[in-house]
Amino acid sequence: MLPRYILKRLLGAIPTLFILVTIAFFLIRIAPGGPFDEDKALPPEIMANLEAKYNLDQPLVIQYFLYLGSVARGDLGPSFQYSDFTVNELIAEGFPVSLRLGGSALLLALVFGVLIGTIAAWRQNSRLDYALMGSAMTGIAIPNFVLAPILILLFAVYAGWLPAGGWGGGQLRNMVLPVIALALPYMAYVARLTRGSMVETLRSDFVRTARAKGLPEWKILGKHSLKVAMLPVVSYLGPAAAAIITGSVVIEQIFGLPGMGRYFVQGALNRDYTLVMGVVIVIGVLIVVFNLIVDIIYALIDPRIRYE
Amino acid sequence: MLAIALGLIACTPSQQPADEAPVQRWNLPEVIFTEDGRPDPSILAPVQILHRGNGTQPQGLDPHVTEGVPSSNIQRDLFEGLLTRAADSSIIPGVAERWEVSEDGYTWTFFLRENARWSNGDLMTADDWLFSFRRIVNPATGSRFAILLNPILHAEDIIAGRRPVEDLGVRVIDDFTLEIGLEAPNPLLAEVLTHSLASPVHRPSVEAHGDRWARPGTMVTNGAYMLKELAMQSHIRLVRNPYYWDNDNTIIDEVFHYPTEDLSAELMRYRAGELSWTYEVPNTQFNWIQANLADELVVGDWLGIYFFGFNTTREPFNDPRVTRALSMAIDREIITEKLTRFGQRPAFAFVPPGIPGYEPPEPEWAFWTQQQREEQARALLAEAGFGPDNPLRLEIRYNTHEDHRRISLAIAAMWQQSLGVYASLINEEFRVFLNTRRQRAVTEVFRAGWIGNYLDPMYFLELFFSDNPQNDVGFFNPEFDRLLNRAARAADLEERLSLLREAEILLLEAQPFAPIYTYVAARLVKPYVRGWEPNVLDQHPTRFMFLLRQDPVEQRVN
Repeated sequence: MLPRYILKRLLGAIPTLFILVTIAFFLIRIAPGGPFDEDKALPPEIMANLEAKYNLDQPLVIQYFLYLGSVARGDLGPSFQYSDFTVNELIAEGFPVSLRLGGSALLLALVFGVLIGTIAAWRQNSRLDYALMGSAMTGIAIPNFVLAPILILLFAVYAGWLPAGGWGGGQLRNMVLPVIALALPYMAYVARLTRGSMVETLRSDFVRTARAKGLPEWKILGKHSLKVAMLPVVSYLGPAAAAIITGSVVIEQIFGLPGMGRYFVQGALNRDYTLVMGVVIVIGVLIVVFNLIVDIIYALIDPRIRYE
Repeated sequence: MLAIALGLIACTPSQQPADEAPVQRWNLPEVIFTEDGRPDPSILAPVQILHRGNGTQPQGLDPHVTEGVPSSNIQRDLFEGLLTRAADSSIIPGVAERWEVSEDGYTWTFFLRENARWSNGDLMTADDWLFSFRRIVNPATGSRFAILLNPILHAEDIIAGRRPVEDLGVRVIDDFTLEIGLEAPNPLLAEVLTHSLASPVHRPSVEAHGDRWARPGTMVTNGAYMLKELAMQSHIRLVRNPYYWDNDNTIIDEVFHYPTEDLSAELMRYRAGELSWTYEVPNTQFNWIQANLADELVVGDWLGIYFFGFNTTREPFNDPRVTRALSMAIDREIITEKLTRFGQRPAFAFVPPGIPGYEPPEPEWAFWTQQQREEQARALLAEAGFGPDNPLRLEIRYNTHEDHRRISLAIAAMWQQSLGVYASLINEEFRVFLNTRRQRAVTEVFRAGWIGNYLDPMYFLELFFSDNPQNDVGFFNPEFDRLLNRAARAADLEERLSLLREAEILLLEAQPFAPIYTYVAARLVKPYVRGWEPNVLDQHPTRFMFLLRQDPVEQRVN
């Protein structure tokens, strides 16, 4: 049943992606200014040479079909801004970095978020609960661009324990600070979600029954309640995962990391049409995939849900 | 632990905890030079690796295709032109050992070094130059800066596709002699030839790898360094080119160029010791830097001008009385002292100071007090028909950026206070802004800047040539055009400069812009980085630099 379901969902995603590509393609072309506009204007002859080189001299509709054709072949085209690279290469270099960072941050956020949320729910309305949830609110409220420089100042500039920036080929010491900065807001959110649904679960009949049967507290919390309480967290994780592993422009710029996140913003600012489109496609595909994964996990932990 | 960390963060005040920074005390040896002018080996650090902050991710490394300061900085380490620049930016022989200019000024002959080699060991010959110059002007290359070669015979026609590349006025006399013919005599051709665009490329590599040759493994260069690693958005690592003709005198073994887009983050990396040279400094942290790193802050004049343009194709900005009044009423000192802060200089002419032999013609009112200027400005504006009953209303347009916003706000306030002008502010995203500015349809007053790539006033003044596509102010004065045309054909440097000065006087009388300040290059440099000098072009090839030995610091104050 499962493989057929997955195949059906993936095929169903193709029209969605097609619409996404079409809208994104025309939307970015509507923005005034082009990839070769700079402070120092190019003479018309040179502009013409460049536009011819990148097919930008063709009518927009033709460009659109040319682009669709090359995307269908898996070729996302050359980058206008980084002339030595194709979009495929840029994404192939940036995505693994973002994936490692985002994946680690997500794992960290999930493990600690669930732990904190569970403890808070277990000691509901105690001082511990207030302290944990207060910290979580602060974590949600403090933006990355404030948190990251503070972490750098404390741990790199003053203490000198960790590097202030750079990827260093993906060494652990280079990853610590960005992963923490990236994870904290997600961790805080997961903690609040977990606490909320855990509180509700702990009041339900089956927990009461379990307690009456004299099951140990850790078993009630860790095994029976957590599984049910995870449902809202899982549905939050789908889109969150897609966002976090496609990179964060803020974290990447502050830590000087070669991830993919900044290509989205910079690509748009530079009118690097192909680069923006490439990132849009990657994000689109990831959202489809993660939503699918969420649905599968849902069915695994909630016996009421079946694949149709 | 999380709660503690978050609590701590929540308590941290919004400003930088300035005074707690470690004060670094350097213990560096005295710089001694040997008889041949090289730093004495005993003072050098055992490891000669330089880490430079370099602004944004460079577009690429192909010198013919890319543009922008970050690319050029790296290209100056990778390539060497026929002529090049010393640490103080004066022009010195590069691959050409010497050169001669014909009496009529139309022909330049370059005598090339016989020991110049590519980084793969191939000998460099005049053919390499012929190939390279033809590649730059070839429309198929898509070079953005090809017009810099316009002084060369037929270059303009070739770029526009009206002539074949073979017609370019570059000729190989023999393996080591190259001749460049010009459209018109141009005493400043040497300036053009030091630009990173005029770098040579290695024909076999370009032919074998096409557009993708400028990458590690396939990129063959002829400068003091060669490309070892190119990690997008992370770093570019260059290592010494063992075949470079002057390799014996190169001291730094490796240089890393890092993209540093976030200025505060760059400062942090500098403070953590990961960078020894920053690209810029954040002016929001001026006070902190002054208090803590004053002796590592290096500020030098930079050949650039920040100005507000007036769209003179629209009323009332077609009236020089109005534009002059607006320009006079700007108190430039307030802007440079309170806003930009890093030693920028108030500007009253368009061409910035620093070009040898050229004295920018500042108007008389540059020497008045601000009060005198404002009185005169009110009189001019009244003459043009604006006053309390009929106040001038205008829009200031700028690209979204904190610095531009602050300067625009200040100027709007100055205009309102001294002239009763009502200015509204409009900001636009950079490329949208460029587009509106270029169309000259809706703009009234707009922010702009211009930075010189070489030492020639023409580079600044031609911005206002009537048919320059970049003439965003829409300035049109046939006499000005005529003077520029004459200057462009003057064989004598003095004559050229004096014609250009005459043109600038005309321009300043019309005042189709308000010059505001001339740029500075401000950066932090670790005191052990030596062998470089501030210069108006802000060009600092790694080749001349060296790192001093650092002796143990006796006490470290925290």
